[in-house]
This record gives sequence, C-alpha cells and structure tokens, in this order.
Amino acid sequence: MNPKIKKIKEFWKDFSSNKVAVVSLIVFMLVLFVAVFAPLVSPTDPYDLNTVSIMNSRLAPFSEDFSGNYFLLGTDGAGRDMVSAIFYGLRVSLGVGVLSGIFALIIGSFFGISAAFFGGKYESVVMRIVDIQLSFPSILVALIILAAFGKGVEKTIIALILVQWAYYARTARSSALVELNKEYVDAARCLAFSNTRIMFKHILPNCMAPLIVVGTLQTAHAISLEATLSFLGLGLPITEPSLGLLIGNGFEYMYSGDYWISIFPGVALLITVASINLVGDHLRDMFNPRLH
Amino acid sequence: MTPFIFTRLAQSVLVLFIMSLLVFGGVNLVGDPVEMLINPEADQAEVERVIRELGLDRPVTEQYWYFLVNAFKGDLGDSFIFGEPALKLIIQRMPATLELALFSLFVSLVIAIPLGIYAGYKPESKTSKIIMGGSILGFSMPTFWVGIIFIMIFAVHLGWLPSTGRGEIGTFLGINSSLFTLNGLSHVFLPALNLALFKISSVIRLTRAGTREIILQDYITFARSKGLSEKRIVLVHILKNILIPIVTVVGLEFGSLIAFSTVTETVFAWPGMGKLIIDSIYNLDRPVIVAYLMIIVTFFVFLNLIVDILYTFLDPRVRIKGDSE
Repeated sequence: MNPKIKKIKEFWKDFSSNKVAVVSLIVFMLVLFVAVFAPLVSPTDPYDLNTVSIMNSRLAPFSEDFSGNYFLLGTDGAGRDMVSAIFYGLRVSLGVGVLSGIFALIIGSFFGISAAFFGGKYESVVMRIVDIQLSFPSILVALIILAAFGKGVEKTIIALILVQWAYYARTARSSALVELNKEYVDAARCLAFSNTRIMFKHILPNCMAPLIVVGTLQTAHAISLEATLSFLGLGLPITEPSLGLLIGNGFEYMYSGDYWISIFPGVALLITVASINLVGDHLRDMFNPRLH
Repeated sequence: MTPFIFTRLAQSVLVLFIMSLLVFGGVNLVGDPVEMLINPEADQAEVERVIRELGLDRPVTEQYWYFLVNAFKGDLGDSFIFGEPALKLIIQRMPATLELALFSLFVSLVIAIPLGIYAGYKPESKTSKIIMGGSILGFSMPTFWVGIIFIMIFAVHLGWLPSTGRGEIGTFLGINSSLFTLNGLSHVFLPALNLALFKISSVIRLTRAGTREIILQDYITFARSKGLSEKRIVLVHILKNILIPIVTVVGLEFGSLIAFSTVTETVFAWPGMGKLIIDSIYNLDRPVIVAYLMIIVTFFVFLNLIVDILYTFLDPRVRIKGDSE
C-alpha cells in the first residue's frame, strides 16, 4: 500500500477513537459546506433588495408572510430571512478567520523556524517581540490596531494576523529546535543544501503537527474575536455582515423580546467555534507525546 | 541581576515609545474629527478656527512632539467631545472598571475552584466529564453573546436583575463603590458573571490539573494512611497547596479582565473606561483614544516588568540566564 495512504489510515484510526471529536469534525464539515455554498443553500438572498421586504420585519420563527414564504428562524429588523443571513454571515466569519489564520501560520512559522535555525541576536530579538506581544491580551492588541487605524475588512484581517502570529512563531521555534538536533538536518547540511531549502523543505514539514494543533485552536479564537470586534462596531463594516454584526443588530430588539435576531446567529457562532475547539483539543491530545 | 533589570526597563521604555508612535500615528491618519464636531452649517472661517484651536493645522510630527512633551507632564490632551482632560475622564471611570473586574475575579474563583478540585479528585466520574465539557463550551462561547442571553433571561424575561448602569453607589472606608449597596450589587452581578465566564473555564482547567498532580504526592498518601477523613484531605491538604499557584496565575492575568471588560461594559452599559474607549472610537475623540491606549499599554508593560523582576528574585535560573544575555 502507498505509505501516504497508510499514514492517513493510521491517523484516522487514532482520530476516530474519540467519538466527540468525530462528531465535531462532521459538524464542522457541515458548517464549512454551508459557508462555502451559502448562495446555493440559502432559501433567499438576504442582501438582494428585490426579495427582501420591510413588511416582513421581525417575524417570529416558524412564521409565513402573505406570499407564503416560510421563515424557519424568523426575520430581522429589515425583513431578511434569518436562516439566509446566518448562512451568509458564516461565510464572512469563517472566511476572515481562516484567511487570517493561514497568513499568521505562514508569517509565524517563517519567523519561528528561522529564529531557531539562525539563533544568536536574531533569535533573541524575534523571541523578545513574541514574548512582549503575548503579554498583551489578544483583544487589547486588536483594539489598539482597530482604534488607531479604523475599521474595515483588511484592517480586521491584519489585526487578527497580528494577534495570532506570535503563537505560531513560538510553537514553530520550539519544535524546530528539537528537529535541528536530528540526523536528517546534518545530512542535508552535508549535502550543502541552501538554508532556505533545509528550513522549509526539511524542517517545516516535521513541525507541522504541533502547528496544526495551534492552528485549529487559534482559528476558533480568531473567529470568536472577529465576532466580538464586529459586535463592538470595530471590526467588519456593515457591507460584510459577519455573525458578530448580526448579533449586534439583534441586540437593540432584545429589550422588546425579539430574541431570535440575536440568539440564532450566536448559536451558529457557538457551534462553529465549539466544533473547531473540540477537534483541536483531541488533536492536541493525539500529538502530545507525554500522553502516549 | 542589575543589568537584567536595566535591559528589561530599557525594553519597556522602547515598547512604550513604539506604541505611542503607532497609536498617535494611526489615530491621526484616520477620519476627520472636525467634520464630526462642527455644525454642518458653519462657514469656512469657523472651520479654520476650530482646526487651529485643536492644533490640527500643525504637521503631524509637531503634534506628536507636543503630545510627548505634554504626556511627560501628565497632560494627555483634552477630549474633543467633553472638553475636559482625557486623563481626568479616564481616571473618573477607572473605579467602575476596577470594581467590575475585581468582583468578577472573586466570582470566578468561588465558582471555579470547587468545580476544578472535584473534576481533578474524581476524574472518571460523570459529573467531572460534564464539568470539563462545560469548560470547553465556556471557552467557545463568545462573551458578548452570553451577556446578551443573560440580559434576555434575567432582565427582560424574569426581571430579576437590572441590566444597565452601575446602580446606587455606597461609601465604605472612604471608598466609593457600588459593591457596598444592595442595589449596586444587583447591578454588578450580571456583568461580573459575564466577565468571569472565560476565567471560570481556565481556572477550572488549572485547578483540575493541579489537583491531579497533588493527589499523587506522598503527603496525600501519608495523610490517608494516618486515617484523616477525605473531607479534611480535600479541604486542607489539596486546597491549601493548590491555592498558591492559582492565585498567582489569576492575579497576573488580572490585566486581561480589564482588557476584556470593554466588551462586557458595552453590553451592560457599565460606565467604566472600556465603554468610554468604545464610545470615543465612534466619536473619533482622538485624545481620549490615545490616552486610554497609552494608559492601558503602560499598565501592562509595567505589570510585566514587575513580574519579570519578581521572578529574578524567586527563581535563580532566570537570573543566570538574564546575566548571560
């Protein structure tokens, strides 16, 4: 059998030993599917002004309008179908979270691995910056960026990257330090491979396991942080309505008892974040050598 | 030892300087506060007068220099909206934030330590699994959303607790706080529980890990063989040994409660500094934004400096490493 397929099979056998993690993975796959194909699976286009009618404003869940449209989760203040708004919101939230996670992973592992590889002054400067940044709570880092530079899609993504990169850098460095002592690195050096090649073709693939663990947990954190920032009105603009913004919009109707406008987007957010966290938690246990 | 403290001090000053550049530069590149402040019908002369009055006609570098010089004199500029010194506005609202953070710290310890000890004492029981599952859920739940749900359940539906403001303020030993009146306590309860949520999850995990470690120690075995009751072992031997590391960690993380209180204060309209900064961002009240960010960054930088220095006293390994740097 192809060794790669065998490895994947072994991994799956290990992973599927935890039923909660398997269920979480399935739930997350569903969420991902809905987010990617939001325009296809949504009952209506919540941002098409031709189909949204203000007459349908704040309908309760399970209600119908005069033309027979059914609203499973009710409508919001502008008469948008909540199901569709949540599907589109998931798309924005997941998109921003995953995109910032990937960038942070690239930047963080670049600095982490190169710090471990070159050592010396360069390493101490990079790791000092990491330490200093990690001494600030993530929300404060994001608040500084967004308060100083204003809100917007790119700025939110930049803020989320800045919040996360240090975690990746720290993880990448510590696993690269272990890898550097192994023989394959010596072998690669004897073959006079370039530093870049050794760092990113040889060391990086061997550091991927802990980076993926950090990646899942950090992505969950980023999605939740983005929602918080958008709720506060500091993150994404109204033109990119993420789940946080939907919750914020519903907040004003809460006092009049129209709970569904805030609650359901929050449930969607909770399901997304919790499923990623549970998968990440199990991955961490799997990759943790101390538990084996 | 001394060179270590000196380099750390120099680093702290450098961090503060970079932050001031970043914050001041960023704030002054975004938006136009004049547009928001001035009556739209004002004529050009009036607009120019306001711009001059606020010092916005000078180059940014000159504004920054004045900002630095004044900051050293304890003057962080006047709020565009309130016309009062930004520093004074923030200090006025600081007690509200501190009392919220302190109370929620208390709430989180009272709830989390017993649950964590139980989960560590009987790791295989159903209740422990529920507790641990709950703590993952607590990590995943967005704080602001839970706050909204609290308001919906306890304020709107049941009408048990108020959901906005700080309530009556009492005085005790010369300190003004809403923790000293019943009405004030009823106001602080929901926001504090909300802010504590995240802490509860992490303290449960910390306590559980600590308990599981301690339970394997020889002195617990010894206590059992002496025939001490399990109640006494848990309440005296485990609790006492676990409390010190937990209180240290939680105390060090007190700053994060203050940072996260921006969210809770906004949801519950709590009149603290967190709400002030969010309002100021909406209103583009630059001096208050800059002042708040600089104060909180300074607070964090010095908190870390003190922790670093304390560690050099407590842990000789840090000292040796620091000297060789």
